[in-house]
Amino acid sequence: MKVALFVPCYVDQFYPQVGMSTVAVLEHFGVQVEFPEAQTCCGQPMANSGCMPEARPLAHKFIDVFDGYDYVVAPSGSCVSMVRHHYEEFFEHGDVRSARVRRNTMELSEFLTKVLGVKTIFGSFPHRVGIHQSCHGLRELRLSSSSEVMTGRDDLLKDLLSQLEGISFSKLSRNDECCGFGGTFAVAEEAVSCMMGDDRIADHKAAGTTVLTAGDMSCLMHLDGLIRRQKLNIRVMHFAEILSEAIC
Amino acid sequence: MSHPALAQQFTSDRTRAEWHDRSLWFVREKRDRMAHGVPEWELLREHASAIKLHTMSQLPHYLEQFEKNAAARGIIVHWAETADDHNRIVYEILQRHGVRRVVKSKSMLTEECHLNPFLEKRGMEVVDTDLGERIVQLRQEAPSHIVLPAIHIRKEEVGECFHEHLGTEKGASDPNYLTEAARNHLRERFCKADAGITGVNFAIAETGGFVVCTNEGNADLGVSLPKLHIACMGIEKLLPRASDLAVFLRLLARSATGQPITTYSSHFHGPREGCELHVVLVDNGRSSILQSPDFRRSLNCIRCGACMNTCPVYRRSGGHSYETTVPGPIGSILAPVREPEKHSSLPFACTLCGSCTDVCPVKIDLHHQLLAMRGHIDAKHLLPVSKKLSMKLVSAVLSRTWLYNTMGWLARVSLKWAPRFAVYNPLNGWGRQRELPIPPSATFRQMFAQRRAGRKSAESGAAAPVAREGSKSREGSQTGGQA
Repeated sequence: MKVALFVPCYVDQFYPQVGMSTVAVLEHFGVQVEFPEAQTCCGQPMANSGCMPEARPLAHKFIDVFDGYDYVVAPSGSCVSMVRHHYEEFFEHGDVRSARVRRNTMELSEFLTKVLGVKTIFGSFPHRVGIHQSCHGLRELRLSSSSEVMTGRDDLLKDLLSQLEGISFSKLSRNDECCGFGGTFAVAEEAVSCMMGDDRIADHKAAGTTVLTAGDMSCLMHLDGLIRRQKLNIRVMHFAEILSEAIC
Repeated sequence: MSHPALAQQFTSDRTRAEWHDRSLWFVREKRDRMAHGVPEWELLREHASAIKLHTMSQLPHYLEQFEKNAAARGIIVHWAETADDHNRIVYEILQRHGVRRVVKSKSMLTEECHLNPFLEKRGMEVVDTDLGERIVQLRQEAPSHIVLPAIHIRKEEVGECFHEHLGTEKGASDPNYLTEAARNHLRERFCKADAGITGVNFAIAETGGFVVCTNEGNADLGVSLPKLHIACMGIEKLLPRASDLAVFLRLLARSATGQPITTYSSHFHGPREGCELHVVLVDNGRSSILQSPDFRRSLNCIRCGACMNTCPVYRRSGGHSYETTVPGPIGSILAPVREPEKHSSLPFACTLCGSCTDVCPVKIDLHHQLLAMRGHIDAKHLLPVSKKLSMKLVSAVLSRTWLYNTMGWLARVSLKWAPRFAVYNPLNGWGRQRELPIPPSATFRQMFAQRRAGRKSAESGAAAPVAREGSKSREGSQTGGQA
């Protein structure tokens, strides 16, 4: 199985340890990943700003870089949903190559559970963990049940973390409300963005969260920015970091 | 003003913004409980969406069928292409009957057409009889929500407003007392009214009848006394069969307010004896939305307001920050479809969280439409120049790996060495309330390459230090910094 790792641009630049943890977790489960050096960004910042002509070259670059792998794994539900759900308009109808790459691009928890069939993990993480459901993983990739929809689904991230010894989870009053990051929204609508983030953090604080985790570092970058400014005692970790720390 | 500016204004009164958020979240939770009580909820949504899509695909046919069947029941049907046509038609009917005083139940269509000021300018008195609508009317404001028009107003403020206009005791804020006062005030208006205007929730093509849903019974009161009833509806309110109501009436109130059904679902099948019943069918841009593949599904909307109740941005920015008749996610599509110049900031008043799409009882893919609308705004050159230029620049950088690496290095180095006041300058919107990430000393790709190189040399017998996995090799780690 030839597996490529896609590391979102901002993770590459600002959160390298999230990428390294992803590698560690994948290697722990016997997957040797390749990291194609030419990769940069999936193009989501441009697309979400409405700048489709500016997003297009990045979509093509992504397909060029990752064609030929059985799977592309990324520690981000948001970037994966960009590739899987929003690349269609950048390619000709029926384009086989892009369709193949898009189909095979997977978020980390999805890859671990659905492709590798990981059920048991030996490791310990004796902390009270608050899971932030990142919206694109939740409502685009359906990695868990969203509170709006009555169809029950497995919570992939929680199921994985539940395997760890000593771990407990915070019970939130709003299970899956958005953190307010939203890409350029975080700056363009700064007031609402920060209020949304504050509200999420208050919910976690009330629920006793000591470690705040998610499947997307972008949500966590926003929440961590607020947490550090307010000097709160909540540790922020991508779930790959939790797994890698618990396993090792 | 643009949405961000108005939203900032709203959030600056944090207590009020938090209260507004909680009030609407309460409704959202009620909706969840109700939806959970219906095992076939998701199937109902599927059905509703399919029925609406089918109806829209055959709209001219069903409209003509409705007109024919309504006429057979003695209902007089009018066609209005624009808001002005609608207002003129309504005015002419009223004028012909010598009407001075009108009572009107909630109708977002008449809000959209600005019927009240049109009639008032021509000497008629229009009284909105829905309690929330009456409150905003007395305060000379627009509704801030399509189902809960006065959701932004606290009971103490209602007390002040009623004291001024209805003569209630100063400082009174007891909801029962205030409602009683409104009730007495409205009863008097109902008795004196010469005509009643209502909206339409559903019109039925096969019967020629229509349904109006209210919780206060004000539509029924308003049309039962006067001899003239005018019902105004957007052409998308049509359903093919009476049996389709079995799907929509179950979805509407549960989605809107978390009730199993509205208190009153009144079916109108023709005028009372000696009375007249008119229906005005209004297009006002709807047929052009119908022609647009990207936004056609927005015509599925049954105006339940669930997307507003769930929208984390709407709840914290208030309905008036949208400056449209229909605010929130659905309004952020409907308004810029018609007037992109005026409403270009609305599709961006959204984190693309997708909650609206998941609550929508008729399965409008709201957040995908909002994303598509952003593309339309750009294609019409309506993006702020600074945004467009920065996206061009970022795209050029990200398209070239070497340039991306160089610029990334530059960003990390300048973030590391620049003094705090330079980084957290007034132009740094991120940094006003948030810290920026702490720049690590190496990128992931550098760490990964180093690790692989270390491994290779270890395999070939050299004793190079090998960075251990993940968290142990987190040089320059910052996310765990608070532990």
